[in-house]
Amino acid sequence: MTSRKLGGHFLSVMTVVIAIVVFFPIFWMVLTSFKTEADAFIYPPLVVFQPTLENYNIALAQSGYFRQLVNTLAITGFSTAVALLLGVPAAYTLAFHPTKRSNFTLMWIMSTRMLPPVGVIVPLYIIFQNLDLFDTHFGMILLYTAMNLPLVIWMMHSFLSDIPYEILEASQIDGVTLIQEFRYIIVPLALPGLMATILLCFIFTWNEFFLAFNLTITKAAPLSVFIASFKTSEGLFWAKMSAAATITALPVVIAGWVSQNSLVRGLTAGAVK
Amino acid sequence: MSTLQNSVPTTGTARPPDKSYLRQKLARPAIIYLIVLTQIPVVFTLIYSFSNWNLLRPDRTRFVAFQNFVDFFTNPDMPVIIRNTLVFSLSIVLFSLIFGMMLALLLNRQFRGRGLARTLLITPFLIMPTVSAVMWKNMLFNPAFGLISSFLVSIGGPRIDWINTYPMFSIVVIVTWEWTPFMMLILLAGLQSLSQEYIEAAQIDGAGPIEIFLYIIVPHLRRYIEIGVLLEVLFVLNIFGEIFVTTTGGPAIDTTTLTFDIYKEAFLRWNIGRSSAYGVFAVILANIVTIVFLRITRSGTQQNKEAA
Repeated sequence: MTSRKLGGHFLSVMTVVIAIVVFFPIFWMVLTSFKTEADAFIYPPLVVFQPTLENYNIALAQSGYFRQLVNTLAITGFSTAVALLLGVPAAYTLAFHPTKRSNFTLMWIMSTRMLPPVGVIVPLYIIFQNLDLFDTHFGMILLYTAMNLPLVIWMMHSFLSDIPYEILEASQIDGVTLIQEFRYIIVPLALPGLMATILLCFIFTWNEFFLAFNLTITKAAPLSVFIASFKTSEGLFWAKMSAAATITALPVVIAGWVSQNSLVRGLTAGAVK
Repeated sequence: MSTLQNSVPTTGTARPPDKSYLRQKLARPAIIYLIVLTQIPVVFTLIYSFSNWNLLRPDRTRFVAFQNFVDFFTNPDMPVIIRNTLVFSLSIVLFSLIFGMMLALLLNRQFRGRGLARTLLITPFLIMPTVSAVMWKNMLFNPAFGLISSFLVSIGGPRIDWINTYPMFSIVVIVTWEWTPFMMLILLAGLQSLSQEYIEAAQIDGAGPIEIFLYIIVPHLRRYIEIGVLLEVLFVLNIFGEIFVTTTGGPAIDTTTLTFDIYKEAFLRWNIGRSSAYGVFAVILANIVTIVFLRITRSGTQQNKEAA
């Protein structure tokens, strides 16, 4: 019995050690962001050093970085909001008033999410050029809304299906309007699901690179495009790169940590809860 | 409270006849939006794929029927690109399945620090892919200053230029690091739905850990494995940022996948016709995987309904 207990302890310690090893590159990047450029290159890596916020000042003072941070916030925020406005009502109808075709509709909606971006990038590029949507916030919001919409519909369909229809029926007999029904019944009851959905949209949009890289240049370019420009820095400015990368990655990491219990449900379109 | 009441829309005294009609039609705007933004571009891709439109020589544009699709099969680079795509996606999915399974089994136990371990382990999946790629390329794989080389040299090992010597392996390492948490989370959800009683009963019958894994855990996880593998294939086939940042598809075409090749045809050679035709293949491939995925998830929900 004691040997089994010992084995259990061993596995627990091993799990934590593996987790630390897997996380180490991220920890090291964050640590490097507080070092001077000279300290960043010392090997073995310095663990005790005089921390500095200089790299963060430099990163945020760069006009390009700050603008792209604002771009990312604006594009992510608006596209998530529009996707919710269109997607939550759609999920409502599909969950509470299904028809024979609803199942097919849900599948089709899912298939639009699985559409490879390379399969549509050429026409999008040409349409965007012709309609003056190229390198605009509006254009990116339009696209990211389409990217988030299937996610919102599937997730909210999954969460709304947990609400008993009798509650809605009772309120409808009392004569509530549709807006009241959303405001006082649907949204409060589905709030945890709604929050998880918002966080997932936020994660996917914030991290998106392919569409942004090909459909923006500077004016509407988000941070993912900015960070990719470090691809040729060949390790010369590790500390500044780490600071910029840390600010860029941090919001999504926090969102993911907060929503980790519903992450699976969102990632698998409700196939796994 | 008063503001709350003020913002409540006034209820019509007469019950509008179309009220439930409206409730049944709320999916319309979303569906129309998705048709316009996703299906119409696909139609355009299909139309372009029958032309030789090149943005550098637009005056020579004409209808070429299936020429671009024939090019797909006769292009001497294509066998390499297909091989790269297969090696890339299959090795990433296989490695992340193996590591994800190990980590899920380790996390499916009660111990102090479990929550922290899980939180740390999912983080690579949350880091922006271009951040991961830039970080691995410069800080870990760099031959002169990278942590891996510095460590190997300090223990008397060789100094390896990972990305130039083993380009595909390097990218597979980065993407596996990113996607293992995805598989781990799905398998962990599966393990948590497995009743501990089955395992205990098997233990009483004298089954060892390997037998329990092969004959109880794996069959139970089958659907979770299928869902995880298919979804990851779909996502990994679309990977672009990691390749762009680390190798730009090179050296030569050694790390060019189908996705990356379509990008090169479109935005480096401006060959709209050919990139569209290749894009059609990418769409068909993704649709096949999606249909299999939807089959599995639907059969799962039906099983659940029958069981209930």
